[in-house]
Amino acid sequence: MVRKILSIALCVLVLLFIYSPILLLVVYSFTDSTIIGQWKGFSFALYGQLFRDAKIMQILFNTIWLALAAAVLSTVLGTAGAIGIFYSKRKVARPLQAVSQIPVINAEIVTAISLALLFSVVLLYRTYFSLIVGHMVLCTPFVVLSVMPKLKQMDPNTYEAALDLGASPTQALFKIVIPQIFSGIVSGFMLSITLSLDDYIITAFTKPKMFDTISTYVYNAVKNGTNSSTPALRALSALIFVVMIVALLIFNLRARKPSKTAGGNQK
Amino acid sequence: MAELKKEEKIIEIVNVTKMFDDTAAVEDVSFYVRKGEFITFLGPSGCGKTTTLRMIAGFDIPTTGKILLSGKDITNLPPNKRPVNTVFQRYALFPHYNIYDNIAFGLKLKKIPVTYVNDKGETYTKYQKLTRKEIDEKVKNALAVVDLEGFEKRSVSTLSGGQQQRVAIARAIVNEPEILLLDEPLGALDLKMRKEMQIELKEMHRKLGITFIYVTHDQEEALTMSDTIVVMKDGKIQQIGTPTSIYNEPANAFVADFIGDSNILNGTMIDKYTVRFCNHNFKCVDDFEKNEKVDVVVRPEDIKMSDKKDGMLVGKVVSVVFKGVHYEITAIVGRSEMVIQSTQSRNVGDVIGMIIEPDDIHIMKKAFTVNKYDGYITKKNTVVFGDGEFDCDVTTLYPGSHLDEEGYLITANGEKLDLTDTDVNVEVDLTAIEISDNAEEGGARGHIVSLIYKGDHYQYIVRTEENEEDFVLDTEDLWNENDYVSVKIKPENIRISLKQEIK
Amino acid sequence: MEKIHFSRKQLGIPYALFLALFVVIPMLLILFYAFTATVDGKITFSFANFLNFFTSTAKLSTLLMSFTIAIISTAICLLIAYPIAYILARSRLKKKNVLLMLFILPMWINFVLRITALRELLDLIGLLGSQNYLNVIIGMVYDFLPFMILPLYTTLEKLDNSYLEAASDLGGNKLTVFTKVTFPLSMPGVVSGITMVFMPSMTNYVVSDTLSNFNITILGKLIDEYFTTYDNWHMGSMISIILLFIIFLSMLFSGGFKENKQETRGANLW
Repeated sequence: MVRKILSIALCVLVLLFIYSPILLLVVYSFTDSTIIGQWKGFSFALYGQLFRDAKIMQILFNTIWLALAAAVLSTVLGTAGAIGIFYSKRKVARPLQAVSQIPVINAEIVTAISLALLFSVVLLYRTYFSLIVGHMVLCTPFVVLSVMPKLKQMDPNTYEAALDLGASPTQALFKIVIPQIFSGIVSGFMLSITLSLDDYIITAFTKPKMFDTISTYVYNAVKNGTNSSTPALRALSALIFVVMIVALLIFNLRARKPSKTAGGNQK
Repeated sequence: MAELKKEEKIIEIVNVTKMFDDTAAVEDVSFYVRKGEFITFLGPSGCGKTTTLRMIAGFDIPTTGKILLSGKDITNLPPNKRPVNTVFQRYALFPHYNIYDNIAFGLKLKKIPVTYVNDKGETYTKYQKLTRKEIDEKVKNALAVVDLEGFEKRSVSTLSGGQQQRVAIARAIVNEPEILLLDEPLGALDLKMRKEMQIELKEMHRKLGITFIYVTHDQEEALTMSDTIVVMKDGKIQQIGTPTSIYNEPANAFVADFIGDSNILNGTMIDKYTVRFCNHNFKCVDDFEKNEKVDVVVRPEDIKMSDKKDGMLVGKVVSVVFKGVHYEITAIVGRSEMVIQSTQSRNVGDVIGMIIEPDDIHIMKKAFTVNKYDGYITKKNTVVFGDGEFDCDVTTLYPGSHLDEEGYLITANGEKLDLTDTDVNVEVDLTAIEISDNAEEGGARGHIVSLIYKGDHYQYIVRTEENEEDFVLDTEDLWNENDYVSVKIKPENIRISLKQEIK
Repeated sequence: MEKIHFSRKQLGIPYALFLALFVVIPMLLILFYAFTATVDGKITFSFANFLNFFTSTAKLSTLLMSFTIAIISTAICLLIAYPIAYILARSRLKKKNVLLMLFILPMWINFVLRITALRELLDLIGLLGSQNYLNVIIGMVYDFLPFMILPLYTTLEKLDNSYLEAASDLGGNKLTVFTKVTFPLSMPGVVSGITMVFMPSMTNYVVSDTLSNFNITILGKLIDEYFTTYDNWHMGSMISIILLFIIFLSMLFSGGFKENKQETRGANLW
């Protein structure tokens, strides 16, 4: 009994630690006050400010399109890459997989400055291209890692069976292989989106000068000491916290159950 | 070996070899399949039977050689262009489709020529897809053939192994292939289900009238179902024939050992139609050269037990095992072991007589009587052959010669010869080779790739890794397949002869 | 064989080119810049950066301080995460998956926003600006705790109960069962969690900057400064190489380059 109470107490304490900053921000997003801790009555004023702030809206838009573009490109490149690696001979597959692991294991700052060296110092070329490439370097290896186990689980004869039944290699790929690894592709895509949304360091080193995502904007706001003067950011953070938590809860509670009972055979 | 009658050949394989990296999975294989027959490739795993099947399906392309379909070269034709369908060992059903979509997969891709007449009265042909109705009909028929009516909407994961197998068969035959390839299709089923499916497949073959090419490692399955059996080992065909001829007239000790149970004994032809083994002369029906060393195969059910005094052979029973329909009795005759199957039992320790009829004695040329190699002499007067280096007596190359202190050979008439790099023929008897698990001890090293029990000894083949040289040897010691061993040969047992005179 | 599989193998070519261009070449550039110096506009081969790093007290103390912060943060993460993971994994609750999710959910929310939120909290309780080191460690723990909980939970969840039953059957009390059986068997999760937390704690300078008001420079920040502030790519690259060497050592220590990061980072939630 004592153990049980202790267990519950510990869990509650840690959850409190995890969620109190988030809660604090959410609560104080509903009052028109420049600093946290000063309650000036319930108000949607900050949200009003947020949606009227063209700069913040632009940044939000930037962040989202960057994440979508990087995720789509990474998913296509990574899925094709995983299939290519999977069907290559060991001599080719092993080194490819090893190199693919580098961005996964590496510290983000090292990946970031390596790309900065390539784009800023050697090519003198820092545009949206370098930014998207940076995010793809971050995301694509994780797509490969998500797709690879699905390829391994797949019955290798199904592809041959499709050829045997008259499908061309391309038809067999799209009708037979892709559907069987689809869950891996989807999780690779979702993972790419979250990785891209979450990123600061690689963005900072590959972005064009006048471009900002939420991460770089907020960091620079703190750096320049302007954080408290833009309380609209508080509303933005609160909004993102709530939206993400709800989305994740829904996605997981819905997606988890069928895959547990049907062994992943049903879509 | 029973010769096949030359009828219409639907598939002809001509000198096909398939290399994977540096090893040959199939080596110079040639045979043909008659239209409408049920032919089975039989052999242990790794014998090349599945690779042969995959080359017919088009999944693997032969390294050399040709595959002809009704006389047309299809060697390099991709699988989707061949009128051949495959039933895979683990079914390979598409898990994301239901039963209907699995079976309809090939039909939906198919385009068939339809002839039209245009306004001017000219006929022209257009390739068209099958209509929905035609596909429905065909799927329904195919499901009826495999006894799964009404299963259209079921998902693959809800079916039992046997049902999945039936769907896999339906998916293949619905395309009306000229040839149905079956790669160990019953391997994943339990014994009872396997027996049922064997009968059903045979029945299906009869009804459909198409050619079945079947791959299995189960000799009983092959004997039950096939019109023709192709026995394979190490990528090579050992024997082609009907089940009866393969069982009754095995071409060599391997086939005899692999198909059914058998006693394989060393024998010598002492006269026409007379063979001697186990210290007794037997009448037989095979004619070989006098004094030729042969393998004698006697099936356990062909040995009749008798009183001690009436027996051609006399032995002492060492084990009796009840096997359901018969007893398996093992008796020791001299230094050989005889396995007998009989409905009568005996007690361990009984001394029994054995009678073997001439018809039941199958005689085969010995697969190996001596090992032969190409070799050369080194600076140290050793000989290199079979991926190894062995001490030998080089003076045997020149009668009456001897070696001087520096290692030069002095011939009988005083000539001084440098034998370095001299090419020689090397011969070693099967009994002269010893094997040891100390890799450093012998002159060459390799894995045991085959062992066959021959009554009183085992015959092993040790294969080296580098050039795949074989050492065939007879010994009473028991080793395991795949053991890594070194090969020892005493210098006096290595017979060398010159390929040509030294200039 | 070749003819059929050609189209599938070919699919890997774009990714191979991508890796060569944007992973291999950039890494080689780091190596190149680390061992060169720009003198009068010319790039020459040089060991100066290497020697400079190991003779500069400032840099070495940054390295040591980063190490200390990372070790303390990792240890605290482990101390908090292990009991949590243990409680969750051993609980008989039907919905323990949901409970686990509550603990690791922040992984998927932008960390800059979360750290800024934490900064507000620390400001509110008066720690910001006065307890820089403490704040940074709190921040690292806050940011990386989910990455410690998840691998620990995964290994403890998979742990076969019969081992524990066997251990107590053989006379072990609860403490011995834990120290002799449970803990050793959960080592893969512990190692995986440590590698997930330790390296970012040395390099994620967004956390240290935000929570120390830019007063604490950790190793990752030092690299950033040589690039953005001092414009000295050579020194920045050299520090990266040293960091890479530490990563390599920690991988060696943690039993190889396993694919455990993805398991922790993604597949479990998405």
